[in-house]
Amino acid sequence: MIGATGIPVFSLEGSEQASVMHGFAARQADFARAILDPVRPAPAGLVGPDGRPSERRFAVYRNNVVVGLIETLKAAYPVARRLVGEEFFAAMASLHVVAEPPVSPIMLDYGAGFPAFIARFEPAAVLAYLPDVARLERAWVEAYHAAEASPLSPSALGQVPPGDVLTMRLTLHPTVRIVRSAFPIVSIWQANVGGDDAGTVALDAGGEDALVARPETEVEIRRLPAGAAAFMEALRAGAPIVEAMKEGLFASPCFDLAIALRGMIEANVIVGYDVRPARSEGAA
Amino acid sequence: MPEVASKLSPTSMPRRAGVGLKAEHYTTILETSPDIGFFEVHAENYMGAGGPPHRYLSAIRERYPLSLHGVGLSIGADRPLDSDHLARLRQLVERYSPELFSEHLAWSSHEAGFLNDLLPLPYTNETLARVVEHVDQVQEALGRRMLLENPSTYLAFAENTWGETDFIAEIARRTGCCLLLDVNNVHVACTNQDWDPIAYLDAYPLSHVQEIHLAGFAPDADEEGRPLLIDAHDRPVDETVWGLFAHTIERIGPVPTLIEWDANVPDWPVLKAEAERAERLMADIDGGRRRTPALNHAH
Repeated sequence: MIGATGIPVFSLEGSEQASVMHGFAARQADFARAILDPVRPAPAGLVGPDGRPSERRFAVYRNNVVVGLIETLKAAYPVARRLVGEEFFAAMASLHVVAEPPVSPIMLDYGAGFPAFIARFEPAAVLAYLPDVARLERAWVEAYHAAEASPLSPSALGQVPPGDVLTMRLTLHPTVRIVRSAFPIVSIWQANVGGDDAGTVALDAGGEDALVARPETEVEIRRLPAGAAAFMEALRAGAPIVEAMKEGLFASPCFDLAIALRGMIEANVIVGYDVRPARSEGAA
Repeated sequence: MPEVASKLSPTSMPRRAGVGLKAEHYTTILETSPDIGFFEVHAENYMGAGGPPHRYLSAIRERYPLSLHGVGLSIGADRPLDSDHLARLRQLVERYSPELFSEHLAWSSHEAGFLNDLLPLPYTNETLARVVEHVDQVQEALGRRMLLENPSTYLAFAENTWGETDFIAEIARRTGCCLLLDVNNVHVACTNQDWDPIAYLDAYPLSHVQEIHLAGFAPDADEEGRPLLIDAHDRPVDETVWGLFAHTIERIGPVPTLIEWDANVPDWPVLKAEAERAERLMADIDGGRRRTPALNHAH
């Protein structure tokens, strides 16, 4: 601890922390705890102009933090907000921000844990699809801020010799996110993102897997055909097309390699390929 | 020329009015190229790896001077600065070469994480030494002088042994940093603390000021019914704040002056009109100063 200046350090009257922590560090720890715990009184020694403590003044800081984080979640999860209503969303978000305050000063990263929180949040359990819709919205935010890359043109891919296609490995665009769901999340998202009239979505219409990517300026969300999510996840993990195809077929017997590849080319999510034989993994 | 502001470190930032860059205005700015002195962005909003924010900022930066304003470095915390965050700031400074870089006399990081607000610190020898150490570290890491902004506060620490203006002056003296004078924060803090804003400004080390902030506040009251102003940045600059701004400009001449409007963001013409008012006011006062140079010594 710096500052051995002889200036008397504020004594934490009535605090069990007083003997452990001291000065500035203790002050800030106390302050931070009280910010995130609305039933904890304002730390001692924080005063208004008359030298007396003021809960109301401390509440401004508490409010700035909590309301600011709720606003961040509102902006990041507009569809989830619409699905549950403003009041429910704010209540759910306020519990989340206190349970999981940010760990980084970069607010555009905040809210990654919200879908998992929603999945555990019992009052929202009646909306079984809500956590997956929230995962889709999180994927949108991540794609929006992810690194730039130039998609390969279809003609560049057309130059791959047909004999090399199955052993080829593809590099996916860094903005690509894949969200698999047992619910029609893309339909739900599309029906609610516009803001005006939400159409009706048949919840029993079956699950939808979403491809989220930002090949250029706009984030695009597409429905993936059967098995394509597993196929693309395998490709992203470095598998050659033939191995990824097995994953696709394993996920769905309806998986169609040609349709999956054409969809990826149309979505501009392939940024590179490698036709060299398998790298030396596991070669004995 | 202003008496002293330019002595510290020459800046290419024009002594004009600018505005905080909001996503709502990206396309209007690029389509109409408005005549505006500069733009300022919150550094943390541009810490994604890529995406539209960087695309727009790159295009706008090609046409306008830029001020980079950090809100998350937590210079006023007891704990050491986050070296990853400092590295990210350095990358942004290298990428966009802003004319100015500023941060706050406040803290937000703690053991468990990050509190997204500008929290106050006690003014003691201990905190002074810590802040000085941190400002030195920032200036070394970024290879340039930073501007430190005075806070808006809602309460005071009983253990304070320094007044706010003396505390800030001492930081500037020890580190050689420049200052960002937020005139709205002066009004908010002075109202909330029952200080005299003119006395505050007259005690402030104005010779170090390289930028001014203006913004709107939300009026409230504490449990005793005393006024409690909240630094909300959600409305036009208050007339009282314009008056304090004029007082400041009379003292130091035109300074790069930013209109901050971060919540309930208005349409572009409304924001631009605020900047135009600041610029007119600086021009009028500067004209008066030039005609009657003795005015400088009247205070």
